[in-house]
Amino acid sequence: MPRPLEPVGNASRIGLGIAFFVLFVAGWAIATLGGFVSATFLADPLTMLADGWTLLTRFGFAGDIAITVWRVVGGFVLAAAVAVPVGILMGAYKPVEAFLEPFVSFARYLPASAFVPLLILWAGIGETQKLLVIFIGSVFQIILMVAVAVGQTRRDLVEAAYTLGCGERSVVRRVLVPANAPEIAEILRLVLGWAWTYVIVAELIGSSSGIGHMIIDSQALLATGQMIFGIIVIGLIGLVSDFLFKAANRALFPWKLA
Amino acid sequence: MSKLLIEGVSRVFPGVHGGAPTRALEPISLSVAANDFIAILGPSGCGKSTLLRIVAGLDRPTSGRVLLDGRAVQGPGADRGMVFQSYTLFPWLTVAQNIAFGLRERGVPETDRQAIVAQYVERVGLKGFERHWPRQLSGGMQQRTAIARALANNPEIMLLDEPFGALDTQTRSLMQELLLDIWERERKTVLFVTHDIEEAIFLASRVVVMSARPGRIKSDVPIDLPHPRHYTMKTTADFSALKARLTEEIRVEVLAAGAH
Repeated sequence: MPRPLEPVGNASRIGLGIAFFVLFVAGWAIATLGGFVSATFLADPLTMLADGWTLLTRFGFAGDIAITVWRVVGGFVLAAAVAVPVGILMGAYKPVEAFLEPFVSFARYLPASAFVPLLILWAGIGETQKLLVIFIGSVFQIILMVAVAVGQTRRDLVEAAYTLGCGERSVVRRVLVPANAPEIAEILRLVLGWAWTYVIVAELIGSSSGIGHMIIDSQALLATGQMIFGIIVIGLIGLVSDFLFKAANRALFPWKLA
Repeated sequence: MSKLLIEGVSRVFPGVHGGAPTRALEPISLSVAANDFIAILGPSGCGKSTLLRIVAGLDRPTSGRVLLDGRAVQGPGADRGMVFQSYTLFPWLTVAQNIAFGLRERGVPETDRQAIVAQYVERVGLKGFERHWPRQLSGGMQQRTAIARALANNPEIMLLDEPFGALDTQTRSLMQELLLDIWERERKTVLFVTHDIEEAIFLASRVVVMSARPGRIKSDVPIDLPHPRHYTMKTTADFSALKARLTEEIRVEVLAAGAH
């Protein structure tokens, strides 16, 4: 048995990570191919792969994937562009925080999915509506988390900057922002994960394209293989975007890891 | 004319949750001559750090005022360089970038900046570490960088708040020698807060002893040991006599603090 907090080697880390995926698929295969679960409710891994292949080759599923990725990224970038500056201002300036914090805390609990019918009414079923769902779902979360991070900046670093001649504005620009940049990047990575749930919800209702649309279409046909394939694709994209985010963070903030 | 004038500065912290307010500093007056190295010595919690923070402009006095070159201190500024007890290097900047921080704020051109940084890197013995991140450095190296960062800004006065307090004894005495060496060369006016008696005598030309809370100035002892000072001085009779005297003064205060 390993001792608590003892680090694990790189090779065994990757090995262990893959092992669970293998175990998971094996369990799934035994349950379905072994006949323990009816194929009506859960497709087996092989059917899932075959259905996925059909989706990609015959039904243009790649286009659905592309449109969904575009929606997530678009809505998320809009939310981040608004929320990061607002969050920094809130964390840095207490009157701004006092002004916005109660409302943002309230708005944060409004479920993005509940806005879908309302947004269809306002913005129709076009792309604007999809982007708005993701925007509403992400923006308040990012604002609040960035504000908390900036508000917790080490006071002694701020004081050191003042004694080195910084004014109020340059303390924000030269201390508060760079000190919290890695944490802000981490917050964005986390919220991007949540944005994926919002996009699927937005696509389940009133949509004619996207991964979510394909899943709801497949439900009508009881094509569980296709539904699972769609879900797995979302998971894989999430995994890749997570990996890219982490790699970017390592490249941008070498001082964190040195 | 004195470089720094502290006039009747007191500090009362308001009571927490309706408790009684804390009197951290009784009105204190102190005059610091240019090029002087003053150590403020006192037991923990005597308000010596509060006094230094008021001089730095990071805290406001309840009464009284601080004058630097005849001008009243209104807030923190680049004319008073500070080195803190905690490690306050900016972790996202390299050693060289940390040292250049104040210069950049003032808009000193890149080439001048590099020359000044190189000079102070050399002076605090960090050649070869310019591109290191703070977290790759030992505590002593971090504090040397912090000293270089404050000096590079060419302040009128240096304020040091127990800068070696978190270091081990060996590193600490090496750092004392380094600081002394810099002071003997530059003769910058220094206000140095410490609770270490030996450190105060070794470094300072004047030791101001503070009483237990509420802090007052208890005595003001000139240290007439010759310069340049060498660490072997710590074993001389003169040094020991001063140490015995200050130890006695501080001891009374520590006991008084304990009696509260």
